[in-house]
Amino acid sequence: MKEKIVVKSLSKIFGRNPQKAIEALREGKSKAQILKEHRQVVGVDNVSFTVYEKEIFVLMGLSGSGKSTLERLLNRLHEPTSGQIIIDGTDITKLGQKELREFRRSHFCGMVFQNFAILPHRTVLENVEFGLELQGVEKEKRRKEARKVIKQVGLEGNEESYPSELSGGMQQRVGLARGLAVDASILLMDEAFSALDPLIRRQMQDELLELQDKMKKTIVFVTHDLDEAFRLGDRIAIMKDGRIEQTGTAEEIISNPASDYVRAFVEDMNRAAVLTAGNIMEAPKERAFFGDGPRTIFRKIRRNNLTGIFVTDTKRELKGYIRVSELVEHINRHKDKESIPMEKGLFHEPGRVHKDMPLNEVINAYNENQYGPLAVVDDKDRLEGVIVRGAIISALAGEDDSGKEAPARLKEESKK
Amino acid sequence: MFPFRIPIKDWISAAVDYLVSELGPLFDGFSAFIFFLVNSFKDGMLFLHPLILIALIAFTTWRMAGWQIGLFSVLGLLITENIGLWVSFVETLSLVLTAEILVMIVGLPLGIYAARNDRFNSLIRPLLDFMQTMPAFVYLIPAVMFFGLGLVPGVVATFVFALPPLIRLTNLGIRQVPGELTEAADAFGATNMQKLFKVQIPVAKPTIMAGVNQSIMLGLSMVVIAAMIGAGGLGTNVLRGIQRLQVGEGFEAGLVVVIMAIILDRITAGLGKQKKAG
Repeated sequence: MKEKIVVKSLSKIFGRNPQKAIEALREGKSKAQILKEHRQVVGVDNVSFTVYEKEIFVLMGLSGSGKSTLERLLNRLHEPTSGQIIIDGTDITKLGQKELREFRRSHFCGMVFQNFAILPHRTVLENVEFGLELQGVEKEKRRKEARKVIKQVGLEGNEESYPSELSGGMQQRVGLARGLAVDASILLMDEAFSALDPLIRRQMQDELLELQDKMKKTIVFVTHDLDEAFRLGDRIAIMKDGRIEQTGTAEEIISNPASDYVRAFVEDMNRAAVLTAGNIMEAPKERAFFGDGPRTIFRKIRRNNLTGIFVTDTKRELKGYIRVSELVEHINRHKDKESIPMEKGLFHEPGRVHKDMPLNEVINAYNENQYGPLAVVDDKDRLEGVIVRGAIISALAGEDDSGKEAPARLKEESKK
Repeated sequence: MFPFRIPIKDWISAAVDYLVSELGPLFDGFSAFIFFLVNSFKDGMLFLHPLILIALIAFTTWRMAGWQIGLFSVLGLLITENIGLWVSFVETLSLVLTAEILVMIVGLPLGIYAARNDRFNSLIRPLLDFMQTMPAFVYLIPAVMFFGLGLVPGVVATFVFALPPLIRLTNLGIRQVPGELTEAADAFGATNMQKLFKVQIPVAKPTIMAGVNQSIMLGLSMVVIAAMIGAGGLGTNVLRGIQRLQVGEGFEAGLVVVIMAIILDRITAGLGKQKKAG
């Protein structure tokens, strides 16, 4: 993965004498102490992290944790007090005003805000073309581009509407489209869905994931909502008092919280101790039998759009796992033969968990598992179901209809 | 109580005397310019047949504020013509419009600058308070000193009196533009000018138009007072009514002032609401 944004020892102090506050921080004084003694507000305190290309990186924290400040440092809406922000190899803290403006135009899709921040005196179309207009793109071209994006975010037919005529969800689509219309790689989203009601919010999250599948931007998403963070984030940074407490994937954070704070945070969501593998598994879409030929197995895999398949005997006892890539290779090697024999090397030892295993242990097992989904077995090692990553996350995020594969379901929903 | 008296009046008189003697030609030039502006308006409007002008005004009010106000202006203006105050009406309107144009030329940039510069804002604020709380009559004296009697000092006094609300409301309107909107402009790489003209001014427009409205209303109230120094127009009729205790004549002129106030108020209020036209 390519590094997109590298942040090194970044700090932001609000106040007249930031250097004093920085020194105080180095001496180990707390944010509250510095506020009291120096009358300086610590926004962000010595933060370092990396955002990789094309991932959704979530900054998660309660209000006052510095997450929005940190996001605004990334495009220098706030001036950093110290530290470096390296984007595509350029340290943007060193740019002059004019260069900074150019850099924002070429690297950032603007920003998506909690209260939408779309212009009330402009139509949807005029709002969406705003970024391009600032860059001096000629009218015909930017209109065309704007219409394209409006279609993508599902606002077709509303081009001539004014923001006041749209619902909150629609307004935020305008905000999103305005960002996407700009041909740049980084999208900053600040509590973008927090002002929406829960149902619309879920829908917008799904749509964002779907759009991201196509657009492949690097997204830095700020939220105070852990569910949202886990749903959207490829990786998540949990912030407290201007510091990052932990950075990692949802699974890493839940299974291995780095501090008491993070632990307390994820505890609310900790269904992990209650739910078992049996609760969150789904029935295997298809399985292969010992004795099926490679071509039959391949057909079964392809029919269900899988990346691999579990193999059982006739008593459903789990025998192994076959990966589609290796199977295809095997078939290609023996293309000309009438019947191809199976080969021992194709059978992998599957990651397997007992159906009564609690979810937090399932997560560990999932992380250690090398091959595809986890197999869920009963006392006699019979295949009961499978667990995919989406199911774990949905379960942790407290979705009641756990047990289905999340991405697939999201797509069904958004089609409606 | 004190053995001495602070000679404020002497200072002010000295300052005004100094300015008059040193900058005389400048004042004369300015005076000629204002005179030209007011007269152009006046001649232009009097050149038209009253009915045509009434139709024009009524059409504007109808478009800006609805047919009720349109109808009201037709009736109001016909009455004005009927009671023989048409010329006074036009004179006063020219005076107010000229003063308002000057107010906008000076007030808008100052208001915008005050919104963007906190120091300038804290500097200009007490001055605006001063200008607004000073009794309107006081402006008449220096205006006469600089520009003599007549129309021009009337415009100048009106200008000074009507300027503060526009600066204040322009400043306020731009400051009230939600932070996220200006942040959005910055995030997309807007220049300062792009931010000002594409975001701040359009979003602040209703408040700015309220400022225009307020200053026109204040200007109109001042125009009547300005008749005391010979500015002419409806104020003269009101004043004559007072001096000769002719209640009826004074009332008629007052009524026409009210009609004009309502028409101007609704037109400018309508401008502020024209969200979709921007």
